Amino acid sequence: MPPFPEAAAHALRDSQQRHNLHKATRTIRAKRDALVAERDDWEQLRLSAEAIKNRTLAHLDEYLLQFEEAATAAGATVHWAPEAESANRIVAGLAIDAGADEVVKAKSMTTEEIGLDRALAAAGVDAFETDLAALIVQLAGDVPSHIVVPAIHRNRAEIRQIFEQNMGAFGRPAPDGMTDDPASLAAAARAHLREKFLRSDVAVTGANFAVAETGTLMLVESEGNGRMCVTMPKTLISVVGIEKIIPTWRDTEVFLQLLARSATGERMNPYTSTWTGVHRAGSGSGASVIDGPEQVHIVLLDEGRTDVLADPAGRSALRCIRCAACLNVCPVYSRTGGHAYGSVYPGPIGAVLTPQLRGLRSEQDRNLPYASSLCGACFDACPVRIPIPHLLTHLRAEVVDDEPAFPPSPERVAMKAASAMFGRPAAMGLGERLAGLAHKVIRGGPDATVPSVPGLAGWFGSRDVAVPPAESFSNWWSRTDGGTRESGDGR
Amino acid sequence: MRIALFIACFNDVMYPRTGKAMVRLLRRLGHEVVFPRGQTCCGQMHFNTGYQDDCIPLAEHFCDVFDDYDVVLAASGSCASMVKEYYPTLADRAGSQRLHRRVDAVGARLYELSELLVDVLGVTDTGSYFPHRVTYHPTCHTLRMLRIGDRPTLLLRNVEGIELAELPEADECCGFGGTFAIKNADTSTAMGSDKVANAMRTGAEVITAADNSCLMHIGGMMSRGRSPMRPLHYAEILASTRADPLGTGGPVRAVDRPTREFAP
Ligand code: SF4
Repeated sequence: MPPFPEAAAHALRDSQQRHNLHKATRTIRAKRDALVAERDDWEQLRLSAEAIKNRTLAHLDEYLLQFEEAATAAGATVHWAPEAESANRIVAGLAIDAGADEVVKAKSMTTEEIGLDRALAAAGVDAFETDLAALIVQLAGDVPSHIVVPAIHRNRAEIRQIFEQNMGAFGRPAPDGMTDDPASLAAAARAHLREKFLRSDVAVTGANFAVAETGTLMLVESEGNGRMCVTMPKTLISVVGIEKIIPTWRDTEVFLQLLARSATGERMNPYTSTWTGVHRAGSGSGASVIDGPEQVHIVLLDEGRTDVLADPAGRSALRCIRCAACLNVCPVYSRTGGHAYGSVYPGPIGAVLTPQLRGLRSEQDRNLPYASSLCGACFDACPVRIPIPHLLTHLRAEVVDDEPAFPPSPERVAMKAASAMFGRPAAMGLGERLAGLAHKVIRGGPDATVPSVPGLAGWFGSRDVAVPPAESFSNWWSRTDGGTRESGDGR
Repeated sequence: MRIALFIACFNDVMYPRTGKAMVRLLRRLGHEVVFPRGQTCCGQMHFNTGYQDDCIPLAEHFCDVFDDYDVVLAASGSCASMVKEYYPTLADRAGSQRLHRRVDAVGARLYELSELLVDVLGVTDTGSYFPHRVTYHPTCHTLRMLRIGDRPTLLLRNVEGIELAELPEADECCGFGGTFAIKNADTSTAMGSDKVANAMRTGAEVITAADNSCLMHIGGMMSRGRSPMRPLHYAEILASTRADPLGTGGPVRAVDRPTREFAP
């Protein structure tokens, strides 16, 4: 994947995708705005969520241990995975121990992050996505373009084509007579998935929240496929980033209100599943009804998160609840889509979180913090008040700070020159010198514009710049004593 | 009231008209305007590109220049937000409590034009005259960092003869973003063309804003596309009166074109 500027240029040329993205992000945005406006305590909710997450992060070690203890007491097995490789090894081992050669998956960005599907395939286990959008992405051999709506970049006609061409290779083929109609597409997906649910003994999911107090995991979704995953198979394995912890059951009240409104523009999401440990005979209404997995495994994943936690200026990114509200309002994301970010987490939060988690080693990761105009719309939308623009400038400073000072990059030279020019008291005379130079170099009438300047081709590709006026403000001020001595060119 | 002008490098060189319009407007409203010598760049471009160390002396210097004034007016919304929002970050980076106190103090006395007029001077009608169709673009830094809200449109609505046309998708970024326009030129251009298209839809003669940097980007694209619309800082609209009206200049090829001579 090329760095963001090139990948974005490529994505921008795909006019169908641009149209799909524009339409989808604006629809979700409008729904979200309307439902947020409905709450007069929205700001208080955001502040509460921020405070809860900050408290959790400040004592994350204690809450994690509390979670482990409670979950274990409820019959779950907790595994600790310091990085992706060990998480993948644990999950593959568990699937093989359960005698499975396939698993069903409920949408989990965390398993995308660690590349679980590839690791499972290498161990001889096929992983099938069950979330509708994730299924579309999987069938198309694509990667998600959005955190909540992974197939946001596709329209219905494209989805029908993907179903027709590829469903058969993964299981039950698309039915004859399927149309572009959402109901027809959903029916095809349902028939395809039902077969998977009935056959699979192992499910792999993520979790939106992990409640320390009770050892409960919580999964929030729209379609109910996640609920099938957490109730049907005998073995349930959940891969959970350590930042998903919240202290108490009561705290879920704050987050559930914020999440549904921010993510999909709904008052409440249709399915909220919670599970605490394993199914126990005798629990529930009918003791003979098996209503949950016999084995529950929870893989707590670090994968760079404690490094983020260690950075006081950067740790607020761990408050993220993956609602994607920042993506939907981002003017950069809504034009380029998610793939250009070359990262599982795209958009504003991806531009921050990915380089934080992966480090600033590659060209690609060093470019991500610059993939923003710093317009600030992301902060206003974020339900946990992550100051994304501040985090972006913080990371930009890290990029610059760890570049070798010698030999200086052309950018550093330009920045130094600019400081020398503008950072000196009495910029007076500078305007005149620039204007004089410009007028000397550029022949033409009063409407002349500056020709392209080396190094600034990006600017001049689409924009003119006027020749600076002959006199600067400071020179005018001294010449006319603040405009009191003579009129001159007052404009 | 005695008001100190903070013009900032970019406006000094490229848009002296804006500063002059502010001088004219404030004097008309009966205030004294001073221009503290030795003022320099606020460092925003460096800061936003990651060159934070280069900005620390600029923050110190800013305090040296403006420490003694009760009211400072910034000619640009984004420079004002740099001082208010990011100078404290620089003070932290420098590890200087003293600098932190100084930048907090000077930041609290620094205003964008509409804040100064509405909140400090209590003026919502500036007695201005500008008989043209105008659309207002709320730039990101004024909207989401300074939170100046609808103060500028409140002022513009009271301008005699003006016809304010609402800009579709007004609060979406124009795509300037300082070095973003160069580093991510294609994305910046895509954002800019949408902004220009929305502006054209209003049928306005003039697009106005509180930031010349965004206007340079929008106007630069309009100029390249031979659009008949003219970008203009709203200080110039407020400075225009019946006795001394400002023309729109009509279709322009470039960004900064004086329309006529006047005495402030
Ligand atoms: S950063 Fe905020 S808005 Fe973006 S996904 Fe995370 S929680 Fe949602």
